[in-house]
Amino acid sequence: MEDPNIDDGDQNRETEIAPALIAVHPAHQSVAVAVGSDLRVFNLQEGCAVTLGDSDDLDGKSSTNVHKDSIRAIRYGANNGTLFVSAGDDKLVKIWATTTWRCISTVVSEKKVSAVAISSDGLFVCFADKFGVVYVVDTQGISGEQGSTNEKGIPILSHYCSIITSLEFSPDGRFIISADRDFKIRVSVFPKNPLDGAHEIQSFCLGHTEFVSCLAFVFGQDYPQGLLISGSGDSTVRLWDFTCGALLDTCAVGTEAGYLETDGKEGECQPAVTDLCATKDGSLVAVALQSLPGIMLLSCDISARTLSVLKVVSISEDPFIPTSLGSDSLKQFLWMVMGVSSLQGSDLASLARVRVLSGFSKSNIATLEEHKASLLDDKDIPGRELVLQKLQGTLSIEKEVLSSAAEAVKTAMRNLLIKKHYPVEKREYRKRGRNDRKNKHR
Amino acid sequence: MMEHESNVNPTLSKSTGLPRKRFYRARAHSNPLSDSHFPVPVAPSQFDYSSHYPQISNDSKKIEFADIGCGFGGLLISLSTLFPATLMIGMELRDKVTEYVKERILALRTGNPGQYQNISVVRTNSMKYIPNYFEKGQLKKMFFLFPDPHFKEKNHRRRVISPYLLDEYAYALAVGGIIYTITDVEELGEWMKSCLERHPLFEPLTVQELEDDPVVKLLSTATEEGQKVARNGGQTYQAVYRRRTGPIE
Repeated sequence: MEDPNIDDGDQNRETEIAPALIAVHPAHQSVAVAVGSDLRVFNLQEGCAVTLGDSDDLDGKSSTNVHKDSIRAIRYGANNGTLFVSAGDDKLVKIWATTTWRCISTVVSEKKVSAVAISSDGLFVCFADKFGVVYVVDTQGISGEQGSTNEKGIPILSHYCSIITSLEFSPDGRFIISADRDFKIRVSVFPKNPLDGAHEIQSFCLGHTEFVSCLAFVFGQDYPQGLLISGSGDSTVRLWDFTCGALLDTCAVGTEAGYLETDGKEGECQPAVTDLCATKDGSLVAVALQSLPGIMLLSCDISARTLSVLKVVSISEDPFIPTSLGSDSLKQFLWMVMGVSSLQGSDLASLARVRVLSGFSKSNIATLEEHKASLLDDKDIPGRELVLQKLQGTLSIEKEVLSSAAEAVKTAMRNLLIKKHYPVEKREYRKRGRNDRKNKHR
Repeated sequence: MMEHESNVNPTLSKSTGLPRKRFYRARAHSNPLSDSHFPVPVAPSQFDYSSHYPQISNDSKKIEFADIGCGFGGLLISLSTLFPATLMIGMELRDKVTEYVKERILALRTGNPGQYQNISVVRTNSMKYIPNYFEKGQLKKMFFLFPDPHFKEKNHRRRVISPYLLDEYAYALAVGGIIYTITDVEELGEWMKSCLERHPLFEPLTVQELEDDPVVKLLSTATEEGQKVARNGGQTYQAVYRRRTGPIE
């Protein structure tokens, strides 16, 4: 097949790693971590680990290994968290009922899945594949207890052959927003009957100069429908009025964190934004940065439409570079995970470290030194050791392992999404190895 | 001075001063799926109008016609004199062809002072970067003349008219704006027509409207591909649709 992705040849499959993901139930009932193909869920209300019931396992045997390849996206439904979706490289989208943690539906995708979203009314699940197509699944068609497999998504829109990195419904449910590797954020009208496709484009948010990695929303009285914030490989976080695509503010978080040096080494000096997480009132945004041990907190002034750096909470005693962030709308906890799948030179197949920041709200953060808001010790986090035992797979992680994980995490996102530039002679060499050319030359 | 220059530059024809095609040999096809490494404006506001239309002094004037896959630029040149007050751009993925059109426009501007100031060309992948060049509803007309047919079903997603790409064209077109397609490949003609017919944001022009539109006649006559088809006595299949407002929910 004359696939355009000629860069696949170079990449060693072994070294391709998947960053760990975290998601928190909106009412803080449970927390989920995905590392590699492992999905680990902990019930915070009852303080116990959740055993996932996969309808595929007819013999009733259950394990955390419900996916067969790296999980790339997990998410709770926004309104009441009754649904949970996980998806990834095994081309399966699993829809879970969070009351029983049974998989109520497995949707088969043609390509690897890169992002998922659940509509604000919980009626539709959307997922995006690596070829830039967004599919919709009608959850009403799913019958309660017994999960149906081999269900298919219906394509509704497409970014032209660009990996979709993030998928979000606007808070009012009117729009579906998709971000891609080609620097674009597309805002499409989500129609009443989405099965016919989302053809009407409301706007494009253009301004990033590298892949867009993550999206989040902030609200305010002036903007009840919300404003959009996006993080990118260009080391900035931007604020948008997504209804018209207007760029309102840009915060160069890489420069602010002191990582932008002018020594010319691009890979090092432009740390990608890996994840964003906003408080419910939208005044505070947590930013995970590719090479920042800790977390950066931005203050968002919605009426002035500005973003500014509030402070950096550094977590350097154990190197902790979060790969994913999550928070609930109730308890003001910011959950962070650092982890990678298939780390080389480690006994652990997949490594994850979970940390929690309490008092994740603006009034608290402003006075971080007082005890209201702080990074919690392992013994103080919700669910205590039990939650770590479940989510990390182990309680204690050696420092060296953690360090090497931190190193791997640094480059993971970037290598995943950045456009590779080849010098002319190398390009010619690579072309020679292309399948559609081989026959002609021999 | 002119004389001297054309002696130095053998790619320009001595008699007409226009660039000669044989110095701009290009492959007939280009892969639209491959990663692009040419510069693209970050947003439409950053498109450099002054370098493309140096004689147009009105800054607020925007491009209204886009010829997607303009090839050697025949249509642009015909349209230029037909709509002298309208800014138009050709978009072409093959860089040698783009170079040719660039030289051709420059030569025409030199040979016909005051004319052909309203046309220009960019090398870009219009399947990826339409929103980087045009704001919502900016365009009045879009042209897709004799596009690459991509016969294999596996390669249908490379076709420039497809259900999903029509979403983006509908975004760039103003309500009432018109999309013109033509091909000499019957299969592709049916494909383009069915894509447009099924799309909720496009409606066909009536027979009368097609007859009254002076541009429709140019579709089969103005471009190099069209002339080639006519020379060989081939048949053409066209589909002309108007951007309508979305269905009321």
